[in-house]
Amino acid sequence: MISIRTYKRVESLEEAWQLNQQRSNRIIGGMLWMKMGQGSVQTAIDLSGLSLDRIEEREDGWSIGCMVTLRQLELHEGLNRYTGGALREALRHIVGVQFRNLATVGGSVFGRFGFSDVCTMLLAMDSYVELYRGGVLPMADFLASKYDRDVLVRILVKKTPGKYYYQSVRNSRTDFPVLACAAALLPLEKERGESGGEYRIRLSVGARPAKAMLLEEGGKRFQSLITEEEARDFGAYAAAHIPTEGNLRASASYRTHLTGVLAMRAALKLGGKA
Amino acid sequence: MLINIVLNGKKISSEIAADCLLLDWLRAQGCASVKRGCETSNCGLCTVILEGKPVLSCSVLAARTDGKRVETLEGLQQEAAEFGAFIADQGAEQCGFCNPGFVMNALALFRENPDPNEEEIREYLAGNLCRCSGYEGQLRGILNYLVWKKEKGKKEEAQ
Repeated sequence: MISIRTYKRVESLEEAWQLNQQRSNRIIGGMLWMKMGQGSVQTAIDLSGLSLDRIEEREDGWSIGCMVTLRQLELHEGLNRYTGGALREALRHIVGVQFRNLATVGGSVFGRFGFSDVCTMLLAMDSYVELYRGGVLPMADFLASKYDRDVLVRILVKKTPGKYYYQSVRNSRTDFPVLACAAALLPLEKERGESGGEYRIRLSVGARPAKAMLLEEGGKRFQSLITEEEARDFGAYAAAHIPTEGNLRASASYRTHLTGVLAMRAALKLGGKA
Repeated sequence: MLINIVLNGKKISSEIAADCLLLDWLRAQGCASVKRGCETSNCGLCTVILEGKPVLSCSVLAARTDGKRVETLEGLQQEAAEFGAFIADQGAEQCGFCNPGFVMNALALFRENPDPNEEEIREYLAGNLCRCSGYEGQLRGILNYLVWKKEKGKKEEAQ
């Protein structure tokens, strides 16, 4: 357990940012992962008084406050309708309901944790991170960036037309994933903005065990109906291009095998015959 | 720092350290039902209901619950006894250490979803570990309790 000298529920983002410039102070999200550390914190900065625990729908997407819990996301009708339940699938295996009522989306994303189902899913979506000073960054850029002392305010998700898929493999229920895989089937727009009947698959793989990354798909294109052979090829391509490593949960070669299987299933689920 | 918490319907003011966890504060108030079964926010034994939602009290700063309502098993005796009898009928538990957290989360489930199916029960209670059993007895107990509750409701309606 970390030790905390003082606790401060801030009244503005500016106050949070100012306090956060001191290295000994830390913003607490849900505090679930942070709590497991051994360090000492001078001031724990709590953003829970800033009404950032809301999901707002706009015409072009959703704005998700950093203090929204994983359980709120899991139960959100609009986001789950949009993702065909993939978002719920990404969240529902994380520890337990009691845990997900505390863990925040801001904490999950800011942590850029390797094991994060949340980051894996958001990376497959047209999502962005809004920072207090740093402005709005695409999720992929944020996940690749180094830790700094900015304040993560919101996650933005755009309503880009597409179909979504999520699957993770776990050694036992509620454990960290051995591998996590999210995918989106996205229609390619031709020059005049019409859909030309061609699609690409945006594949995100997390818990490799390093943090989630997107597959460089190398211009692979699909028709609306994906054949089993195409899906197998896509799986093999993903397995060859997504680096994995071994740790106590699984070896690198097992993870690479899983990458191929989950990528193939994603293609079949998104574009195969029903 | 000074906090005010409504614990099982009673307002309590208390001077606490900034890193006091809700679990330790609750035990200091005499709520011995709230247990620490792991150090990894994983076992569900410390489950309490915070502002109507089940949470892991081992992972919440007491400071964060200032001005909020907290319910523990001590405050839900009648509901817990009714439900607990069905678990006991199955001989579901052996050591019983996980029982208070399990009962709290089950009651939270029934509030959120009064008529859950088997899969919904398994999913909602997945974060409550029991190291003596295989969960089958608990599941039978829950299903029997739900049937009993439904029939009780029907009888009350008929009267």
